Amino acid sequence: MMEIGLNHYLVLSTILFSIGLIGVMRRKNLLMLFFATEILLNSVNIAFAAISHFYGDLTGQMFAFFVIAIAASEVAVGLGLLIVWHKRHNAIDLDLMSTMRG
Amino acid sequence: MEVLLYTALFAPLVGSLFAALFGAKPKMLITGIVTSSLLGVSLIASTILLVFVLSSGQFVQVELMTWMATGDLYIPFGFIVDQVSVTMMMVVTLVSTVVHVYAIGYMDHDKGFNRFFSWLSAFVFSMLVLVMSDNFAGLFIGWEGVGLCSWGLIGFWYHKESATWAANEAFIMNRIADLGMLIGIFLVYWNTGTLQYHEAFAAMPSLETSTLVWIGIFLFVGAMGKSAQFPLHTWLADAMEGPTPVSALIHAATMVTAGVYLVVRSNELYSLIPNVGLFIASLGAFVAIFAATMALVNRDIKRVIAYSTLSQLGYMFAAAGLGAYWVALFHLMAHAFFKALLFLGGGNVMHAMSDELDPFKMGGLGKTMKGTMILMTLASVALAGIFPLAGFFSKDLILEVAFIDHHFIIYSVLLLTAGLTAFYSFRIIALIFHGEDRHTSLGFHPHEAYKFMLWAMAPLAVLAVIAGALKGTYFEMVTAVLPATEYHVHSATTYWIMTIGTQLFVIAAIYFAYKKYMSKDIKVPDGTSAMENSFKYKLLINQYYIPHFYEEYLVKPYRELSRVFWKQVDQKVVDASVDGIANIFYATGENTRTMQSGNLSTMLKWMVAGAVALLSLAVVFGLAVRHSDEIKTILSGLGV
Amino acid sequence: MFEAIAFYLFAFLTIAMFYITVTTSQALYALTALAAGMIFISAFFFILGADFLGAVQIVVYSGAVMALYAFGMMFFDTTREVKEKAANKFIVTGLATISAILVVVIVAAPIVADNITAYYPMTEGAGNTQEVGIVLFTKYLVPFELAAVMLLVAMVSGIVLAGKKMDLSLTLMSDREILEMREEKNKKVLS
Repeated sequence: MMEIGLNHYLVLSTILFSIGLIGVMRRKNLLMLFFATEILLNSVNIAFAAISHFYGDLTGQMFAFFVIAIAASEVAVGLGLLIVWHKRHNAIDLDLMSTMRG
Repeated sequence: MEVLLYTALFAPLVGSLFAALFGAKPKMLITGIVTSSLLGVSLIASTILLVFVLSSGQFVQVELMTWMATGDLYIPFGFIVDQVSVTMMMVVTLVSTVVHVYAIGYMDHDKGFNRFFSWLSAFVFSMLVLVMSDNFAGLFIGWEGVGLCSWGLIGFWYHKESATWAANEAFIMNRIADLGMLIGIFLVYWNTGTLQYHEAFAAMPSLETSTLVWIGIFLFVGAMGKSAQFPLHTWLADAMEGPTPVSALIHAATMVTAGVYLVVRSNELYSLIPNVGLFIASLGAFVAIFAATMALVNRDIKRVIAYSTLSQLGYMFAAAGLGAYWVALFHLMAHAFFKALLFLGGGNVMHAMSDELDPFKMGGLGKTMKGTMILMTLASVALAGIFPLAGFFSKDLILEVAFIDHHFIIYSVLLLTAGLTAFYSFRIIALIFHGEDRHTSLGFHPHEAYKFMLWAMAPLAVLAVIAGALKGTYFEMVTAVLPATEYHVHSATTYWIMTIGTQLFVIAAIYFAYKKYMSKDIKVPDGTSAMENSFKYKLLINQYYIPHFYEEYLVKPYRELSRVFWKQVDQKVVDASVDGIANIFYATGENTRTMQSGNLSTMLKWMVAGAVALLSLAVVFGLAVRHSDEIKTILSGLGV
Repeated sequence: MFEAIAFYLFAFLTIAMFYITVTTSQALYALTALAAGMIFISAFFFILGADFLGAVQIVVYSGAVMALYAFGMMFFDTTREVKEKAANKFIVTGLATISAILVVVIVAAPIVADNITAYYPMTEGAGNTQEVGIVLFTKYLVPFELAAVMLLVAMVSGIVLAGKKMDLSLTLMSDREILEMREEKNKKVLS
């Protein structure tokens, strides 16, 4: 218990990932959905960093960098789209946006 | 010769098909004439065959084609005309021709005239298949065929519910008996490897007695159904719902004798198992007296004659059971003639009285219906067994057989039945034709039947009179295939005492009947007299309550069971599972419809679900690859 | 030992924060919790010796991304609570848990089987930042440049999507045109 090994980090990452998935599936407010996506990305980052540390390989950290970069750009674009949608429909409820039917 | 065989066999079929073409049309006289003529042709062919068999002592055997030839099983459509079958053929074709001609007059005003002749000729065809077949399978085909045609003819007036019920009862009872017969046939094949009469019977002496007993019993069960022995007898009385020509042909002369024919044909089998034969004889004697008692009080002409048939069938089985096969066949032949005559005469009476059946409402019809009276009286005298008519030679012979073989119980039963037979036959004659006129006051205006109908009945009357003289020739012919036991009483004194005694007993019964029923005080019984309310009367008029018993304890529970099976098992289990399978598809579609609803939340959920599925697959396959060696060992152990 | 204490403490905090993010109905609370969670995650990076990564995490995530979200929240009426239809909790939780476990199992399988060889091993003595820099600018140069291009694209798209009156350019208009525009706006406001 005392000795923190790779498994601990992986378990933590799993828990965070599932929390993020729950959020993604549960949230009806689109903004909240984005929050949950962030959680997902972060949990993966922890896993990468942990593996990289325990195996003395820098590849994990590199990956984590790029994940952060991508997450940032994703937030930008996503929020932009959200704003456009809000201007049109004046609501960001997921259940109302169902034009992609069938 | 083969041509004659085919003519005799297929002429009625041609007639039936011809009449069937016009089945839905209104009455066309041509159907009746054509079918009767074709039956006449069949009769002529049968006569020529009879002469041939009689003179040359050979038989004609043909094989029409193979029916089944699979593995060891070989069943052809084969026909044989030997002494036994030619006797049956003569009886069948003769009575059928008479009945056909008679029916042209009887069904004169009936809407289903054409349909009637189609069914009737089809029946004759099936009966000929039955008697002419040379293997058990052909016999069974004919057996079922006559059952079917009997059903169609009993229920001919199908809009009458009593008629359809009676037809169903007849068919179902026969079917139950046919199960026994089928088992018997299976046993024959199983043990002898063939269904041909010659070969099967040749193989039988080498079988175990217990097997033979089972075969005999099962085959007799089939005969019991067809010949209405106890306990499968209730259908015969109810079968009187059909038109009278039907009763004359089927339920007097031909179909019900099929059982006797079966036993006679299987004489080589039954000779090997005399115990079963004794059982058959005892049952026959029981049925004889059982039916005679029920006929004593019945108020329906046709039912009385039906019980009389039942009783005489008992006689035939008694003879066959005791090993006197040629005697049984002889009585079959003679009985066919006078019983058919009796039925046809009864039909005349019914027609005259607008289908009224209660003899108490008739009386004094002898004045208006002389011809019928003479014919029916002749028939009844023959039935009673008075010398020198046919009945004496056949019935008394059976009594002699019983006496000689020291079966005294059977003898006394049969003797008593002979007296009862005479009594009830002449009870009917007296009530109908003699005594005071009771019918005019009830509004009936009877007239004699058409002349040609009476002429059609004439040959039967002639044969009923002279058949006794044919006994010698018949005996010589038929004992080529049947055991030729001659029955002679040891001492001439005993013989004369027996014969004269029987005759006196019978004549006394006739006199008693005349005296009772020709008196002037006969009234139509209306349920109030002491006699009607006595226990004996009630027992007899309700046929010993046997139909009631069947209805309460067999039919009703079975119907309930069927209802349970229908509602609970069929609907709830079978239908539910089939519907359930369909519902699974529907429900799956219903639930996965949300995949394409456009709702992002739902789609995200489905995405995760799909991801989970694929990931599980990946893990499973990865594990499988990891442990592929162990998996291979397990699978080879299972034999894959 | 310190490591253990730190790990458990931050783990508990992170999970709690993210749980709040996912379950609360108020958007403001969710945003705050998310920001806090990000900070705690950077703590993990520091524990793991990935200094540069931890710093980047704070700067980019807690700084830039959270600011973006805050601005985004400004646009929407967050006092209005969005009613969420009760989805089947069990399905949701179950699915999430199972998928998480499966992912970990798949990813961890090679580790458990000891099939890892280090491509870019860390050298002792050199600081993490220096090493990251070396690897980033030599081996991962192309992805680095691509990431830069992508960020540029994101920036431009953000401006385009969210901006108003993009067809007008104040710097290129003459003074007279700007005056006209202002008068029109005043008229509209006054009337």
